Amino acid sequence: MKKKAMTHKDKTLLFMALPAVILFVLFNTVPLIRGALYSFTNYRGYGSYDWVGIRNYIDLFGDVRVGHSYLFTFKYAIAGTILVNVLSLILAMGLNSKIRAKSFLRGVYFIPNILGALIVGYIFSYIFTYILPAVGNALNIGFLQNSILADERFAWIGVLIVGVWQAIAMNTIIYISGLQTIPADIYEAGMIDGAGTWQTFRKLTLPMLMPFVSINLILSTKNMLMVFDQIMSLTKGGPAQSTESISYLIYRNGMEGGQFGFQSANAVLFFVVIVAFSIIQMKLTGKKEEQL
Amino acid sequence: MKKKSVKSTNWMVTILLSLGCVTVFFPLYMTVIIAFKQPSEMTNSVAGALALPSQWSLSNFAEAMRVTDFWHSLGNSILITGVTIILTLIIHSMAGYAIGRSMVRKKNYRLLYYYIVSGMFVPFAILMMPLVKQTAQLGMDNRFGVIVLYLVFYMPINVMLYAGYLKNIPLAMEEAAEIDGSTTWTAYWKIIFPMMKPMHATVAILTALGTWNDVMTPLVIMSGSGNNTLPLAQLNFQSQFGTNYNLAFASYLLALLPILIFYIICQKQILSGVANGAVKG
Repeated sequence: MKKKAMTHKDKTLLFMALPAVILFVLFNTVPLIRGALYSFTNYRGYGSYDWVGIRNYIDLFGDVRVGHSYLFTFKYAIAGTILVNVLSLILAMGLNSKIRAKSFLRGVYFIPNILGALIVGYIFSYIFTYILPAVGNALNIGFLQNSILADERFAWIGVLIVGVWQAIAMNTIIYISGLQTIPADIYEAGMIDGAGTWQTFRKLTLPMLMPFVSINLILSTKNMLMVFDQIMSLTKGGPAQSTESISYLIYRNGMEGGQFGFQSANAVLFFVVIVAFSIIQMKLTGKKEEQL
Repeated sequence: MKKKSVKSTNWMVTILLSLGCVTVFFPLYMTVIIAFKQPSEMTNSVAGALALPSQWSLSNFAEAMRVTDFWHSLGNSILITGVTIILTLIIHSMAGYAIGRSMVRKKNYRLLYYYIVSGMFVPFAILMMPLVKQTAQLGMDNRFGVIVLYLVFYMPINVMLYAGYLKNIPLAMEEAAEIDGSTTWTAYWKIIFPMMKPMHATVAILTALGTWNDVMTPLVIMSGSGNNTLPLAQLNFQSQFGTNYNLAFASYLLALLPILIFYIICQKQILSGVANGAVKG
């Protein structure tokens, strides 16, 4: 009797999980496997194709454009992750201290996160193209006198500014919730022991915040590595492909450039890179947590 | 002495943070100002572009609505985000419940949990090209297909959030109901589902922000269907704005307004919902 009741419960639970599992298999696992299979073909996105073995993967490492896209994406993701986390931690500490209009200020600093990256990109594109050069001319600042988006050396900084401007909002909220988990008496104890501001931060706040640093690092690295919308609205990968991110290159050449098979191989490599980045970060920050 | 200084308002930080708001408000101010002006008022100097318009005119907005088919795009955005959220709350919460409750005792469910959650690390780029083929073959290269894909993309994080939240709800809740004769199914909908309300809010907000602003999925899946979402319309009609920045900015402002208004009304819930998700995740 009891066993029968259990099976009924088990059946119900299985039934409840089923819609999600079916969707996930059909639209995540199946395309993942198909993508991996396409990466061994010379498929152009239409017509017939042949199996080419690991040819695409060998070609990936010799392809200058692919190499550039990885360099740009890594440069962007590393600089962005560091900037975002330093700035949002400072901002979070400010927003968590004894200030006036706290909820208003917190509300304002979250606005960039709710706005769509594409439209934000268009707005900043105008700032970079018209406002900043005008300021540069007025103040005679050389590198600002032309649009930084039109300059091969500086365009990535423009993309970076927009990416960081938006990403700070989310990380700040996460750091604020982290700061709120730290009990106040710890600071009082620190003060009695005569710890200075920097020491308090280094020896008390940061270690207690480590789980949140870990979440934020992984989140922002992953998001920054997948940068797409900002490229679409700011530079379209230019000038001279200097801001072509991996996602953008896969989209551009895979969907429209007849490189379906080749870019599938690129996507598989990109997947491996993202997983590797995440595992390394988890290992590093995990170790820090244990130490402290 | 020292204790008192900790308790009182830190004016220095308050002032610095207030000044910092300029970084958020300047781009928005510029958008509003340019959207209300006429091209003739845009001189080459910064002052010309940033000064208040001599006459607040709505003509740019009327033109932008016409050019980008605004109401149609807005309708699509609301439809896609709305249906996605409703289905998310039903399908993901059920899966989160089944997996979260079963994984404690059953290895298969533990594996299923990691299988779904690991989907978080699969970049859209690798799924994109096969998904374009697959949705076209299934006749899903439209709004319906985009909704189904969102249900899959947000599943890892949402299932993780629900399963994590369930740890706070004691098993005794549904066991008591089951002793009283209700089935697992009714116990879930009558007792557990309402108890997960704070997590529903978090899931709904995170999913809504992601889907509302997403460009890439509708771009590759439904660009041939003649339907646009609000952000996609900005991308697709970019060429029609030409160098008429006033028209373009009126259109950007229109596209930003719905979510800005929503944020101003529900700011508290959105911020606490997002923070809630971060702590649980």
